[in-house]
Amino acid sequence: MSLRVLAVDDSLTMREMLRITLTEAGFNVILAEDGVDALTQLPGLDPDLILTDLNMPRMDGFGLIDAVRKGDIYARVPILILTTESAATLKERARNAGATGWITKPFDEVSLVSTIRRVAAM
Amino acid sequence: MAGSSDLKEIFFVEADELLSALEEGLRAIQTGVQESDTVNAVFRAVHSIKGGAGAFNLKALVGFAHRFETVLDELRSGRLAPEPPLLNALLHASDHLADMVSACRQGLETNAEADERIIMALEAQAGGTGSSADEGFTFEPLPMDGNFGFSFGALPPAGRSVAVHFRPHASAFASGHDPSLLLRDLCGLGEATVEMDMAHLPAAGAFDPGQSYLSWKITLVTQCADRDIRQIFEFIETSCDLLLEDQGDVAGNAPDPVATAPKPAPSLAMPASAPAAGAAVTRPTAPDTRTTVSAPPSAAPTPSTATLTQQATGAATSASSGPRATIRVDIDRVDRLVDILGELVIHQAMLTEAIEQSPGFGSVEVDRSLDQLRQLSRQIQESVMAIRAQPVKPLFDRMHRIVREASMAAGKSCRLVTEGEATEVDKTIIERLADPLTHMIRNSVDHGIEKAERREAAGKPVEGVIRMSAAHRSGRIVLTIQDDGAGIDREKVRQVAIDKGLIAPNAELSPQEIDALLFLPGFSTASQVSSLSGRGVGMDVVRSEITGLGGRVGISSVRGQGTTLTISLPLTLAVLDGMVFEAAGQTLVLPVSTIIETLRPDAAMRHNIGHSDSVLDVRGRCLPLIDVGTALGFRTHLGPGEGEIVVVVERGDDGATALMVDGIRDQRQVVIKGLEANYGQIPGIAAATVLGDGSVALILDPSDLAASVAASVRSPLQLAAE
Amino acid sequence: MRSSGYATDPDIRELVAFRTAGQDFCIDILSVREIRGWSRPALLPHAPSYVQGVINLRGAVVPILDLARRLGLDSIEDTDRNVIIVAAIQSRIVGLLVEAVTDILGVPAAGVQPTPDLASETARNMLRGVVVQDSRLIRLLDVGQLLPQTDDVAA
Repeated sequence: MSLRVLAVDDSLTMREMLRITLTEAGFNVILAEDGVDALTQLPGLDPDLILTDLNMPRMDGFGLIDAVRKGDIYARVPILILTTESAATLKERARNAGATGWITKPFDEVSLVSTIRRVAAM
Repeated sequence: MAGSSDLKEIFFVEADELLSALEEGLRAIQTGVQESDTVNAVFRAVHSIKGGAGAFNLKALVGFAHRFETVLDELRSGRLAPEPPLLNALLHASDHLADMVSACRQGLETNAEADERIIMALEAQAGGTGSSADEGFTFEPLPMDGNFGFSFGALPPAGRSVAVHFRPHASAFASGHDPSLLLRDLCGLGEATVEMDMAHLPAAGAFDPGQSYLSWKITLVTQCADRDIRQIFEFIETSCDLLLEDQGDVAGNAPDPVATAPKPAPSLAMPASAPAAGAAVTRPTAPDTRTTVSAPPSAAPTPSTATLTQQATGAATSASSGPRATIRVDIDRVDRLVDILGELVIHQAMLTEAIEQSPGFGSVEVDRSLDQLRQLSRQIQESVMAIRAQPVKPLFDRMHRIVREASMAAGKSCRLVTEGEATEVDKTIIERLADPLTHMIRNSVDHGIEKAERREAAGKPVEGVIRMSAAHRSGRIVLTIQDDGAGIDREKVRQVAIDKGLIAPNAELSPQEIDALLFLPGFSTASQVSSLSGRGVGMDVVRSEITGLGGRVGISSVRGQGTTLTISLPLTLAVLDGMVFEAAGQTLVLPVSTIIETLRPDAAMRHNIGHSDSVLDVRGRCLPLIDVGTALGFRTHLGPGEGEIVVVVERGDDGATALMVDGIRDQRQVVIKGLEANYGQIPGIAAATVLGDGSVALILDPSDLAASVAASVRSPLQLAAE
Repeated sequence: MRSSGYATDPDIRELVAFRTAGQDFCIDILSVREIRGWSRPALLPHAPSYVQGVINLRGAVVPILDLARRLGLDSIEDTDRNVIIVAAIQSRIVGLLVEAVTDILGVPAAGVQPTPDLASETARNMLRGVVVQDSRLIRLLDVGQLLPQTDDVAA
């Protein structure tokens, strides 16, 4: 069975890009527009990995990680951050919140896919 | 990558939306809005543009957006106050960002000099938070297609030997980490031997899957520095014990153990750029307690609680991309639908006509079916039109910038206030309105609003206000542009028209007629000397663009209080409800939306004025009376029994006109067919249509007809037509 | 209609020959879309006298020009035997009302001769040259000149 990846980004361009890249890589991709949307879709979704942007309306990436980690289900799902940010303080914050890894945008397809495979290992 | 150009188009469409949000947010802040949501949205807009631009390797855009975003971050954090000079600089930068996006969309280079000047001005305004040398800016866009900068499989040959001692804490599993994956990554750095220590593993009964009992020692022969090794553990290092022990190079130098405590990660660390796992990993053989990484211990299994039903729901959810169910459709497909719909309406009319002439006519069943067919086709039509309809908001939003730039250039202070932005109009109409609206707005700033001194002298606030509104009114959309300026100087307009030979020096004109002179080709007052309106177009071009859309434009003005321009447009360019009538042997159509009433007047209601004009007294209101056949040049006088029916229609300027016709056939939907493509515009005629028998009938534009009759009879406007 | 064997020879131009107001004319077959029978057009207000009106051609509204009038000749009588040559002129579709289509000619480039001086000024402006065929003088029309030059009647 293919890996289920929940990709969260408020930019339509990014979502489309992720949908195409990850679908071509054989993943089952579920898209969400922001943290709230992701949490709404999460019950029953059983994702193998969550890929999330940081800066989003309504609920940002930190909020999402926090909510997932404190939740009853999927609390241990790997969460990768995909962002243009690369500041050490933000990484620190993400790590403390419980992020599994960090990918800097713009991503290249091959390393994005291999990172996801590595982290979400089948 | 596949579909890269489609993606790029998605990016540009999204960028347009973001740019509107950016500008709107900045304007809100300008009016005193201080909610953090607004500032955040503004920041996010620039941030998202930067992100998308990076994906397409649009370097200039990325650089500009990054520096822009840095200033916005200062604003967001409250380190900068939203003072007017800063906001102006931000708006200027936002305008420029829009220009850059538009240049990139056309595949053009941006103007590097202007890019730099504008962002520097913003940074100067922000008080030197400038970030051109921002050390945190390590943005290196990688193109989405083409070759990647690094190669796999060519790992360095054996070098030094490092012992890595790794013990994850229980908290590591809570962050989604799986030690086996880290070990696999580590193996990617060189030749690794992995030993697992299971000494702390409790008896089966005491086993707690949430706890961590295992630790590993990995002996790695690698050329990588400690930093590269630590990078792998970057996200777990606060949740584990990690010890690196240098065992010297493989040749056998004296060991030099370096035990460093975990430190904050170096800022450049990015797991994604580490060599991928599985590439040329040297697998150790596994004797005794040694184990290969491919058999990971299940110290903290991922909860797998999903039932089959949950899986099914998940699969269903995966089809949607969010809460809003929208699809993007190529506009050509919608237009094709509109064309087919037009044919449907014509054939429905043909069918109705054929049935009415057949012997079976009058059957209740046929009648009912025809009626349903009519209703269904109307419903399809409304649905299709709804697909093409869009709110005027993006169009209105663009006008804020026009006002900003025009007032800056003219040295005036103006504000644009918009109303009815949610009003929906056909997409094509919106697109074709941009140019005329831009020109009208510029005109209001240039010629409508006075200079500050004059406004003060007149007791008005220094800041001029231009109000733009949109609303639906009796089946049409009405746009108004109203300024609180000085109003039209009719004496001056009159003089200009005389000087340019547009009217005779002794012509007697009503105030409305003088105002209408502004729409004459060749008329323009100060626009030649102004850098703004002087783009070689006058209000005549505005008018012809509006009439080309089946619309009309009117002007009214009160001296000292301002000028109002009114545009009235059809809701759609495809179909209209028409009244089919006869005049001078021709079948013609009037838009039902313009008809006030139909009557058969007696002679007493009619009064002659002069020798050619006549008026009709309708309940005390005197309306100009026009014979349609004569006005169109189809006849010179009325024969017996002709022109006995009068249709009262409204004009754009709130007046009404009485049109004489020979007979009324019926009322039905007609498909609008343009005359411009194969012929040209005709005064008094809006378009043509095809009737049920396949013949063509012209659709009248009553306002334009009345105006052209008035022009040819007594107004000086006819001079301009020559 | 285009089945003529001349088509393979690049030097041969195919021309549609027709008759109106007692004279022979032809136009390049490449600008002809179709030939159809006459139907009564809807009158256009304020149109030049040679514009008969507009007809419906499969959903498109197409103006009909009385070619004889356009050339300054006597207007032909409206009869059901007249035909309309539907032609594409620049980006527009127009119908040319003529008495009858007579022939399809294959003419080598050298077969088109300059317009002799005998034609009237109006007509000469609209001719590309003449073709002599079986002792008939056939005038080759310059279709680009047939449209009104300023077709947008001033508003």
